Amino acid sequence: MSKRIVAEDVNAFYGSFRAIAGVSLTIEPNTVTALIGPSGCGKSTFLRTINRLHEVIPGARVEGKVMLDSEDLYGAGVDAVAVRRTIGMVFQRPNPFPTMSIYDNVAAGLRLNGIKNSKVLDEAVERSLRGANLWNEVKERLAKPGAGLSGGQQQRLCIARAIAVEPQVLLMDEPCSALDPISTLAIEDLMTDLKQRYTIVIVTHNMQQAARVSDRTGFFSLEATGEPGRLIEIDTTEKIFSNPSEKRTEDYITGRFG
Amino acid sequence: MTASTERPPPDLSGGGLGATRRVGDRVFAALTTGAGVLVLALIVAIGAFLLTKAIPAVQKDSTNFFTTKLWQPDNDPSVFGIAALVFGTLLSSIIALVVAGPIAIGIALYISDYAPRRLATPIGYLVDLLAAVPSVVYGLWGLLFLAPHSDKFQQFLSDHFGFIPLFDLGKNGVVGRSMMIASLVLAIMILPIVAAISREIFLQVPQANREAALALGATKLEMIRLAVLPYSKSGVVGALMLGLGRALGETIAVALVLSLSYSTSFHIIDANVGGNTIAANIASQYQAAEPLGQRALIASGLVLFVITFAVNALARYVVTRSGKRAAAV
Amino acid sequence: MSAPSLLDQLPGLGDQARRLHAPVRLALLALTVLVSLLLFASTPLQGRVDFVVFVVIAFALVQTGVSFALEGRRHALDRLVSLLVHLALLAAVVPLVSVLSYTVYKGLKKLDGQFLTHNLTGLGPLDTNGGEYHAIIGTLEQVLMATAIAVPLGLLVAIYITEYGKGWLAAAVRFVIDVMTGIPSIVAGLFVFAFWVIGLHRGYSGLAAAFSLTILMLPVVVRSSEEMIKLVPAELREASYALGLPKWKTILRIVLPTASAGITTGTMLAVARVTGETAPLLLTSFITPATNTSPIAGKQTAIPTFIFSQIGLGRPANYDRAWAAALTLIIIVLVLYISARLLTRRNTLTRR
Repeated sequence: MSKRIVAEDVNAFYGSFRAIAGVSLTIEPNTVTALIGPSGCGKSTFLRTINRLHEVIPGARVEGKVMLDSEDLYGAGVDAVAVRRTIGMVFQRPNPFPTMSIYDNVAAGLRLNGIKNSKVLDEAVERSLRGANLWNEVKERLAKPGAGLSGGQQQRLCIARAIAVEPQVLLMDEPCSALDPISTLAIEDLMTDLKQRYTIVIVTHNMQQAARVSDRTGFFSLEATGEPGRLIEIDTTEKIFSNPSEKRTEDYITGRFG
Repeated sequence: MTASTERPPPDLSGGGLGATRRVGDRVFAALTTGAGVLVLALIVAIGAFLLTKAIPAVQKDSTNFFTTKLWQPDNDPSVFGIAALVFGTLLSSIIALVVAGPIAIGIALYISDYAPRRLATPIGYLVDLLAAVPSVVYGLWGLLFLAPHSDKFQQFLSDHFGFIPLFDLGKNGVVGRSMMIASLVLAIMILPIVAAISREIFLQVPQANREAALALGATKLEMIRLAVLPYSKSGVVGALMLGLGRALGETIAVALVLSLSYSTSFHIIDANVGGNTIAANIASQYQAAEPLGQRALIASGLVLFVITFAVNALARYVVTRSGKRAAAV
Repeated sequence: MSAPSLLDQLPGLGDQARRLHAPVRLALLALTVLVSLLLFASTPLQGRVDFVVFVVIAFALVQTGVSFALEGRRHALDRLVSLLVHLALLAAVVPLVSVLSYTVYKGLKKLDGQFLTHNLTGLGPLDTNGGEYHAIIGTLEQVLMATAIAVPLGLLVAIYITEYGKGWLAAAVRFVIDVMTGIPSIVAGLFVFAFWVIGLHRGYSGLAAAFSLTILMLPVVVRSSEEMIKLVPAELREASYALGLPKWKTILRIVLPTASAGITTGTMLAVARVTGETAPLLLTSFITPATNTSPIAGKQTAIPTFIFSQIGLGRPANYDRAWAAALTLIIIVLVLYISARLLTRRNTLTRR
């Protein structure tokens, strides 16, 4: 169920401002790909073009091609809603639905997509919570509101919510930036498990994290403020952190820039 | 290749990623748009309809609609005008504002800067309760409690401040259901709205500004003058004008408290002189009105609407321009 | 050496000792009251209200004077304004307490089971019995109908404005809602009177009254719903979109439930407000002594118009009925109002 993502010459705009330019890359199935780079370099924007979430911002649009195996996500007749069901996403700040219980949060995606059979839902909720390493902590209080959990638990709840709809790709936008070190570790362990079943793309500010969890790393940067962000290079994580091809990557990694 | 938020209708045969759900989106969008258009169309239709009623009525007026003080539209020839009504509407509302304004601002300052923290919110609710009392109850209270209990006060004003025209009781003057009492009731009614909006505006002044002033050794009053008022001046003006708008349109309390007449006198404590407002005049005249009289009242209602609309629009402009958020009114 | 000389001009910390502390102010107040009492006992001054007013003015003068002498002009002014601010609060609380307590005091005389279960048919002008049953029915039906129209419509308009509205049409709808916010209630009644009651020859009815109340409720519902919908964080919408939910389901299942507590509060405040409206009802449902359970045809008294008409009749028995009905009305409105406020506490959304 894990799929390959191929981006070809992706440009993303906010109104007339071009946020990213000419991004082309391939993300292999069952890998974790980390996107790193200085603030404002467009890595989060690029992530949001993969599940077509970029376009929900008024005035925002995307040019170029994003292929999920053989299907162009921006092709005619492709529904953004269906794309987002296929590609799950976890956000920077944990954002469980405040009006829903833990159970309802995880079941939300399935329910709202028309699945009503309570046995199917029960199984899916348990499977997803186990998948997100949260089951043992919350199984006694599934009916309690999700907002009552700790930050790290909330983020794992959001991961459970995302994987409940059985996506083929999981996008993570700085999923640990609002969490303490212990919760961060829990999520990083989880990623290693999850890549057995999903293609994972993670945006992170934390280079140690990228080095720890990812198989491949892409480095984004921009020439100057106001210029669009570009993909400088993408390679195996080992190569990027030990012997990058580009001087700019090396500068960034070694802390001389950004 | 461009992908924008508005894509063409999806192809249902598109397989895995083909869209099947956009039907729901289109139905829902149509429903909400329909609701918006319905309200828009209805209000425009009503406005147009009222104009077609009002304009011929004004044309049949044998005198000038804007300068005549009398209201006898069903006489032959028809004589009616809004001069006395507009005068009374403005006078009562302005007095109400002059009385309520400083008090409301004081209350707002009390809640934002003087009250102990735990008391501030409950006291805010308490003042808001004034807005919950129905206007007919204010009218009843004003007529049967405030007016009779204010005789002494009004007599006192006339005895000691009668040299000011406002408090001149004249030869045959009687204290009682005067313009002043009606205005005082109006003042109580608009107090909560002015207080509530001013309070919101004062609370929006960053605490850091207050602390900066206090750190310079300012007293509380100096801190307010230095850090609070300069930031909220235009917002408070807007709040006052929204209160004015409320007072202009109030009907029942005025109709009950004031002894109605078509005068344009500034003798506000003389109940023999009394007064009238556009709103109270509609409430007291519509029942006996014949077709022309009804249309004349519609014309006066439109004038009231235009006045309140202008005041409210100006108020909203001032409040939003000051960058403050006015509470939904 | 200018710096030290400037410092010399500023008050030193030792001057803090010369402050008007609370016990001193209390003593001043006691002294003022005592002197005033003596004055009221020995001079033509009299009256309880006069006494209170006299004491307040005297205390303001005394405190400001003493503070001026002891602490200087800045602190004297500060104390005066502080006193005025507290008096302003009193100026709001006194009428509130007066209206409420006088209504309770007068209203309890007549408010009983008999009053709640009878109407005014078959009564002569001198009879003292009869009640507001028909008016309660009228208020219930009219307010329910108005709510049933205004809330769904207002919610849809609010969703249109916040989620779908674009271009001139959205601007026009917003403008119309703004215009409606400022419509005086009597004018709303006049609209319906001219358009429906006499224009379309439908006559007075509870439905006509509900229309006029709808005009007053709608902008309040739209505004408060709009504000609450805007407060729903963008992250929640994005989370929903990222799960593959279409926009309409995101709005119905995520946005509205999240905003629901705030929307309910706004709606209840709107209901409370129109329940007390009198002016528009006079022109739309009019007044009748009989019970009219039909919401769509014939004159129908509501509690506010009941009060208004009883005042107009002007005999003591009528006033008694008016007070009793006023008490009923205040209870209904305050219950709505207070429960709306209590509900606010459950609101998970806060303004940033």
